[in-house]
Amino acid sequence: MTTINTQPLDRPAIEGDNYLTHSRGFLSWILTLDHKRIGVMYLVSVLACFLLGGLFALAVRTQLLVPDGLIMDQDQYNQAFTLHGGIMVFLVIIPGIPAALGNFVLPIMLGAKDVAFPRLNLFSYWLWIVGAIFLVVSIFAGLDTGWTFYTPYSIDQNSAMGGVIPAVTGAFLLGFASIFTGMNFIVTIHRLRPDGMTWFRMPLFLWSLYATAVIQVLATPVLGITLALLAVERAFGIGIFNPALGGDPVLFQHFFWFYSHPAVYIMILPAMGVVSELIAVHSHRHIFGYHFIAWSSIAIAIFSFLVWGHHMFTSGQSPLMNVIFSFITFSVAIPSAVKVFNWLATMYKGSISWNTAMLYGMGFIFLFLIGGLTGLYLGTLATDVYLHDTYFVVAHFHYTMMGSALIGFIGGLHHWWPKITGKMFNENAGRIAFFLFLIGYNMTFFTQFMLGSHGMPRRYATYPADAGFQNYNIISTIGSYLMAISFFMMAGYFIASIFGGKRAAANPWGGRSLEWQCSSPPPHDNFSEQPAVGDCYDFSVLRWDEATQGYVWREDVEHPGHHTEEAAHA
Amino acid sequence: MSSKNHEHGAVGHIVPIKMLVGTCLALLVLTAVTVWVAKLDFVELRMHEMNILVAMGVAVIKCTIVGMIFMHLRWDRSFIGFVFVGSILFVAVFIGFALLDTSEYQPSIIPGDTPTIQQKLDALDTSMAAGAVSGDHGDAAH
Repeated sequence: MTTINTQPLDRPAIEGDNYLTHSRGFLSWILTLDHKRIGVMYLVSVLACFLLGGLFALAVRTQLLVPDGLIMDQDQYNQAFTLHGGIMVFLVIIPGIPAALGNFVLPIMLGAKDVAFPRLNLFSYWLWIVGAIFLVVSIFAGLDTGWTFYTPYSIDQNSAMGGVIPAVTGAFLLGFASIFTGMNFIVTIHRLRPDGMTWFRMPLFLWSLYATAVIQVLATPVLGITLALLAVERAFGIGIFNPALGGDPVLFQHFFWFYSHPAVYIMILPAMGVVSELIAVHSHRHIFGYHFIAWSSIAIAIFSFLVWGHHMFTSGQSPLMNVIFSFITFSVAIPSAVKVFNWLATMYKGSISWNTAMLYGMGFIFLFLIGGLTGLYLGTLATDVYLHDTYFVVAHFHYTMMGSALIGFIGGLHHWWPKITGKMFNENAGRIAFFLFLIGYNMTFFTQFMLGSHGMPRRYATYPADAGFQNYNIISTIGSYLMAISFFMMAGYFIASIFGGKRAAANPWGGRSLEWQCSSPPPHDNFSEQPAVGDCYDFSVLRWDEATQGYVWREDVEHPGHHTEEAAHA
Repeated sequence: MSSKNHEHGAVGHIVPIKMLVGTCLALLVLTAVTVWVAKLDFVELRMHEMNILVAMGVAVIKCTIVGMIFMHLRWDRSFIGFVFVGSILFVAVFIGFALLDTSEYQPSIIPGDTPTIQQKLDALDTSMAAGAVSGDHGDAAH
């Protein structure tokens, strides 16, 4: 097939000819089949949920400022941390990168017009919305089981705990939305890759989305069936997980973590893919160890299914399985470390641009390193028994989930913001917000390592005044306020950019993957013809163009599209 | 190739009758192995509760044979067979590990309904305390 590059790198955005202005009206958005609009709708929804989940987090931190609790009673505290966890996991981090950024970028990176199943994509979004409504409604019903819905809390009919069935129904529907997105991505990557884009010429972000999609499709059904069983047990009193009825509560934890540990990688794998793009593009240097990074994504996806029992070391799980799961858990460190070393090697001797997106990429490496290394203590049986259910665990998973997965999402948002909106944001404001976030983040969560190792348990609304916990809690809470300020700053300069930002060039950062070959924002059909594919990490062919404020193809280097065009005419 | 046959409107790929019979026999033998393994006491052999893992391993092999030969995946794109067998493996790991664990921790469970467990634990404490005083190990503890 002839491949003609019809979208030169320096092509300016065409006024009135992009996906934002292609059609107008409310219905043109809510019934759209355009992956870009669906991605934007996901993005807005996820950010709204992030605000809600963040407010619950601030409430939790404010409560712990004083030993006796400042603003809530114990039941309200239980509800606050449950909703914080449930919203952040199911509505923010899991869909954040794949459904929002992935939906927008994946087809364009493939040079395709859309995902393989656009209607399924739209259905997935609305299913997600319905699931989100169910989950949020459970707030008013008093859900306070924690986001894990552990039995017997979630099946105790006599307790005041309500809202389990709406919350579980919500998570069930969100799971289906996740499966549909995963299926769509797998088929799109298999069937819609352009000529010349072999598996090992794909951008690494696509590799990570592919590995994520495999986990979504394989693991999420287990969550669905687990939550369905839980709802049936709670509604009809059938003994599945309730020991009083002959059920087994530890079995619930097996079922739950068989999904939820891979879900940790549903959260972080796409972030790792984003970071691979950020580090290479903003260092203007070919990614180091492409094949290793690609395969390590697949290896993480596979290992993720074999380590769920490390969440259950103190649950009553048998000593035999404890040893097996502890042993396998350490294997995950290998592909994770492979990625980190390759990112560092990519930066070495690179021409690093200190853009906000790059700062988040480097922040990811720093925070992920802390999150990963502290995970070793929790994977080790002897130390986990001591640290389990303390703030050490809270700190550890926030370093991986928030400090890594969410940072990847925010970094990706900065990276692709000019492509999504066609506008540049204020870089200086972005850098200030980043450093404010980094300081606030470490104040909040590093202190929690100390709290945990000193013995403060998680999920308690109060703590003894003479235990020496208060100072750490005060620092942690102040840190959370700094983070909140940084996020509001971020919202401010993003919104300001939409109304008054400079127009973005097609390629403001110097990327080589295909999304930087179409205008910012992209046209409705992305590309009028299939774009030419080259090495997506060879940045030597680009140069900065002052006139367009973006990167353009060097005149002395032949463009692969021109070559194929000539061949077609020959 | 089956796909070529489909293109010409002919019947799909035909598996030789010998292979079908051989597959059937293999499945029967593997079923016998499953039954035999169920009767073995691995704990007595100091191999923990391995019945589940062995049974799941046999089940994976049987699924693979059925998928590859009876469902003709062997003659289709190898990736489809890989996905099928991979999915079955994950199911086996999930069920195998979960049930292995369940059978392993059964001996450590204190029998009885939840509300009565605390009474049993209290009784256990009392008898232990009495035993410590008298130097006698009471039966109530067991």
